[in-house]
Amino acid sequence: MADKKFVVSLSPHISTAENTKTIMLDVIIALIPALIAGWFYFGIRALAVVGTSVISCVLAEYVYQWFYIGFKIKNEKKTTMKDALSRAKSKTTIGDLSAAVTGLLLAYNLPVTIPYPMVIIGSVFAIIIVKQLFGGIGHNFVNPALAARAFMLASWPVAMTSFVSPVMSFSNYVNRINVTTSATPLSLLKEGFESAAAPSLYDAFLGRIGGCIGETATVLILIGGIYLMVRRVIDARIPLAYIGSFALLVFFFGSHPYNINFVMYHLCTGGLMLGAFFMATDYVTTPTTKAGHIIFGIGCGILTFVIRRFGGYPEGVSYSILLMNVVTPLIDKYVHPRKFGEVSKRG
Amino acid sequence: MKKNKYLATLSNGLLAENPTFVQLIGMCPTLAVTTTLQNGVTMGIAATLVLVASNVVISLLRKFIPDKIRIAAYIVIIAGFVSIIEMLLNAFLPALAESLGIFIPLIVVNCIILARAEAFASKNTVTLSALDGLGMGLGFTCALSIVSAIREILGAGTIWGINVLGNASPMTMFILPPGGFIILGLVIGMIQLIVSVSKKRKGGDA
Repeated sequence: MADKKFVVSLSPHISTAENTKTIMLDVIIALIPALIAGWFYFGIRALAVVGTSVISCVLAEYVYQWFYIGFKIKNEKKTTMKDALSRAKSKTTIGDLSAAVTGLLLAYNLPVTIPYPMVIIGSVFAIIIVKQLFGGIGHNFVNPALAARAFMLASWPVAMTSFVSPVMSFSNYVNRINVTTSATPLSLLKEGFESAAAPSLYDAFLGRIGGCIGETATVLILIGGIYLMVRRVIDARIPLAYIGSFALLVFFFGSHPYNINFVMYHLCTGGLMLGAFFMATDYVTTPTTKAGHIIFGIGCGILTFVIRRFGGYPEGVSYSILLMNVVTPLIDKYVHPRKFGEVSKRG
Repeated sequence: MKKNKYLATLSNGLLAENPTFVQLIGMCPTLAVTTTLQNGVTMGIAATLVLVASNVVISLLRKFIPDKIRIAAYIVIIAGFVSIIEMLLNAFLPALAESLGIFIPLIVVNCIILARAEAFASKNTVTLSALDGLGMGLGFTCALSIVSAIREILGAGTIWGINVLGNASPMTMFILPPGGFIILGLVIGMIQLIVSVSKKRKGGDA
């Protein structure tokens, strides 16, 4: 009942200009280069898919929160529904940009040819089912964008895996007419490393390969990831542990062991970089301790390796991050940070 | 007064103690067979028949069954009726029996039937037990129909085998196991919401 005049919180009481909005804004800035690459390689439709996804995510969050908060106000203040809804309008959480980031990440995980209705359904699933029904921002137990991707992959396997090869010439990059479907390098890797159709490592590094909108341009994702690490938005431990453990496993136990080219190829193709820097580092669904971060990263690396090496799917980044999201409460339970002044027992 | 008691017993299973939505028992068939409306309804009716028959027989024998081996005795009675249903299905609806597969024999260990035998039929008269079985069975059938109708429309684009979504590609995930959990959870949530809102409204009027 009492108004919140004093905010009571745990120590340390350090004031900072950082809040959810500034962090999310940093993530969006870091994601922009990969968006430009997606537009450049896959044409204007890539931008349209990203736009559809972002707008429907933000709208879904807005509508859900509008009614949810409206009902709450109505029950607490005993006003009419109309009055409660008008009061609830300004209280939704779309201003923190988290829904926009979810929309961006979801679209980056989709092939450019995906029909728009599927994008809208996927966005609504991400926001309403995965995020809002569990309590909104900070309460979702898996990454909404990845869960929506898994949902879409299970629902429309054909539409979700028809990739097109990127456009190489400027003349038809605005309006793609000659769409050629192509296998992703990873599915070629499943068939055999020295396949004639496989693009070069250089192309894979620049992103001139078939794949989802935002996952192909390894170099631009790296730039975004480094920006986030420099701004201290993400902890370097998760991506480093993830990529490092995955690279080591591929180097020693991959289908072509002791071949550094093969390892580089695995790192530059598929969603590994996007997943490691932008999805495995989500605050809500990852452990809170530094040691927990390393365990989380290594777990992701091992799972991705197992799925890519032995599984039926060519790609395993999204499933491995989702599985580790689910394990996160367990990691947090057993990995405690050292308390201030604590002395090790072996002394 | 007496009439009310019978009616209350019958409606108990439909709403207040719906086995699926309120008691959350019998989850295995609820999640596994609700891929199409036809499967869901058949499963519900089969379970209802077994439930009524076993409730009646167990209620008749409640004075003769020794307490220490009552579960074993119940299982024998239930298994007998399940065998009858299984043979009937195989004889007259072979296609449906095939699509339900192992879940028809598994009615034997369905929590709802054993729970009603233990909690109701072993303590009440024959008429009341029959009504209780009928109410619980119909509640179970309703729940399966709701869940399976939603899953079939979303996941296959059909209802009772008839196309309703046109050319739009259905969301296959909803006829896969994860879709079953999601839809069941959403339906239970919706029902709890409606119940709590209607309770509040009644309370406000009084």
